[in-house]
Amino acid sequence: MNPENRGDSDTQTIVRLYRRMRLIRHLEEEIARVYPTDKIKSPIHLSIGQEFIAVGVCDVLTAKDRVSITYRGHAAYVAKGGDLRALVAEMYGKRTGCAKGRGGSMHLIDMDAGVIGASAVVGTNIPVAVGFALAAKRQRSGQVTVCFLGDGATEEGCFAESLNFAALHKLPILFVCENNGYAIHEPLSKRWATDRLVERVATYGIPADRISDGSLTTVRARAAEAITAMRAGAGPAFLEVLCYRWQEHVGPNRDYDQGYRSADELAPWKADDQVARLADRIEPALRARIDAEIRVQVAEAFTFAEASPFPEPEELYEHVYS
Amino acid sequence: MSTSTAEGRLLRYVDALQEAFAQEMARDESVFLFGLDVDDHKSIQGSTRGLLQEFGPERVFTTPLSEDAMTGMAIGAAMAGMRPIHVHIRMDFLLLCMNQLVNIAAKAHSMYGGSVKVPLVVRSMVGKSWGQGAQHSQALHSLFMHIPGLKIVAPSNAHDAKGCMIAAIRDDNPVLVMEHRLLYGTEAYVPEAPFEVRPGRARVVGPGDDITVVAISNMVPECLRARDLVAEVGISAEVIDPVWLQPLDIDSLLASARRTRRLLVADNAWLPCGASAEIIAAVLERAGPDAGIMVRRIGFAPVTCPPSPPLEAAFYPNPGTVASAIHAMVRPAAPAWQPDPERTRLSYQSSFCGPF
Ligand SMILES: Cc1ncc(C[n+]2csc(CCOP(=O)(O)OP(=O)(O)O)c2C)c(N)n1
Ligand SMILES: [Mg+2]
Repeated sequence: MNPENRGDSDTQTIVRLYRRMRLIRHLEEEIARVYPTDKIKSPIHLSIGQEFIAVGVCDVLTAKDRVSITYRGHAAYVAKGGDLRALVAEMYGKRTGCAKGRGGSMHLIDMDAGVIGASAVVGTNIPVAVGFALAAKRQRSGQVTVCFLGDGATEEGCFAESLNFAALHKLPILFVCENNGYAIHEPLSKRWATDRLVERVATYGIPADRISDGSLTTVRARAAEAITAMRAGAGPAFLEVLCYRWQEHVGPNRDYDQGYRSADELAPWKADDQVARLADRIEPALRARIDAEIRVQVAEAFTFAEASPFPEPEELYEHVYS
Repeated sequence: MSTSTAEGRLLRYVDALQEAFAQEMARDESVFLFGLDVDDHKSIQGSTRGLLQEFGPERVFTTPLSEDAMTGMAIGAAMAGMRPIHVHIRMDFLLLCMNQLVNIAAKAHSMYGGSVKVPLVVRSMVGKSWGQGAQHSQALHSLFMHIPGLKIVAPSNAHDAKGCMIAAIRDDNPVLVMEHRLLYGTEAYVPEAPFEVRPGRARVVGPGDDITVVAISNMVPECLRARDLVAEVGISAEVIDPVWLQPLDIDSLLASARRTRRLLVADNAWLPCGASAEIIAAVLERAGPDAGIMVRRIGFAPVTCPPSPPLEAAFYPNPGTVASAIHAMVRPAAPAWQPDPERTRLSYQSSFCGPF
């Protein structure tokens, strides 16, 4: 458990989690709303419906801990405390973006907040995250690294290679597989002979758990256990969290009319929307106040992005070598 | 050297590719096509449309995200007598296939003393625009041109997309086909019957006398636009499409450059150790010391591709920068010249819209 959060009352915890969840949801809804104006000329991969994983895991991390994220990384970036204005500015390609307009939507980073970058080549972030964990162990910094990955990423060779090495060296890394059942439009059934992912992982000597109840509370509790053990030297752990991508793979829309999946799949997830679940547990007046604050916060981030300057063409040659 | 023909129907690049697969798969049972997303409703922008329905899931299938192993698998199948076509939605992902392509596919025929062959086709698409950024925009043909045993082709129009693809499928060697996303919607006349655009033949796509411009992949339409722009100030540029990058038709390029005595190579890639460097070196080497050919290259800025629109615009060569380079070579004593930026725009380039 994050020491900063210890001793919270239940209500404080719920309010804190709700704020994060609502912020991410509202942010991504705004991104989807603005997208058709073509102000964001960068491929966007929304995580609407999957936010509970990043929020649950990041809530038990300290500010010093690290997260390695994917191109579908808005939720984890925000949940870890990444700069909101710099995120939106990055999507706009502005100089004030978190990567100065050189990363775009798929390459968010905020080193101060422990967001160590996102790759758009699936799986490539996994060994890099292992390297951060190796460094933390050598430096005795006490930092834990969380590596977020999709179900598709587990099919890359570097996934297996990374697990083996992390286990061998007892590295402080938590792998969190967000299993939304699809890689683009291809369902698991066309990619895996069996879905016993956690069994496969366990054979490396890594404790592996599957969370299938779609609950933020469960994710948070399991992540807390794994990370507490890790801080005591237990080595890597693995969580597979079942979830569902509500929007299309890339872009601002829903795609249930495209024939590869049906809206029936969405229904149970939507009925158990974790943002709404938390909202129900907060007194309406307080909730309305929080929602209003978040609307302002997100609107400010967009205003900031819009008002920020583009890089000058002459800046093209900067940052090639350090 | 061949010239472009006006037979056939007007077809989009993407549909010409699709037609090549459909015809070759119908002709030869051993051809199969696979790779991530080839069988979904988007069907690689339409280039694999209908193939699953026509040829079934044994011959048209998606894969796990396992490019390295899938490449090796294709190589094995090819050595065993099949003709696989492995599809990648971006050329950047070929970096995951590099070991198998370079250490096995390219070398098997040679290192096993000719006892096996690897009739493999690897398709990949270069991304550009809409913030493709660092890892979805690379054209890596030069990396592969370095390796003996691999063939590389970069069709720049619908006619060649079909003809080169059929030639690649029938070739007994591993062939990398570099496609370009911005070319997918462009149209050309394409014969309906199967035909081959064979390795090693360049094509003059726009004749001229003052300078030879060798243009690769989507730089072909951009250089043709540049040719129009410089024509307005009285410069006659010859634009040549090498079509096949390995093997390269150096003779045709040399014949043109000998005549114009100026050679500009426009690549949709970085310059160092690139296709442009190879073409210039090969031409000058063969021309000998007395040919007096002035040379120049133009391509990506030597930086990582940025998604921010103004930086992205500065990163790529375009008809305007090509036209300026041509002008500077043909009229070195004249002040630097730039065409009106509005006139340099290409409709197919500005029409692309996201999300991917
Ligand atoms: C190495 C590699 N292969 C293919 C792609 C194309 N691609 C982009 S996202 C994606 C699906 C990844 O699925 P998953 O890991 O489950 O993540 P999700 O998108 O579901 O969050 C694919 C195949 C890629 N970016 N990188
Ligand atoms: Mg997935």
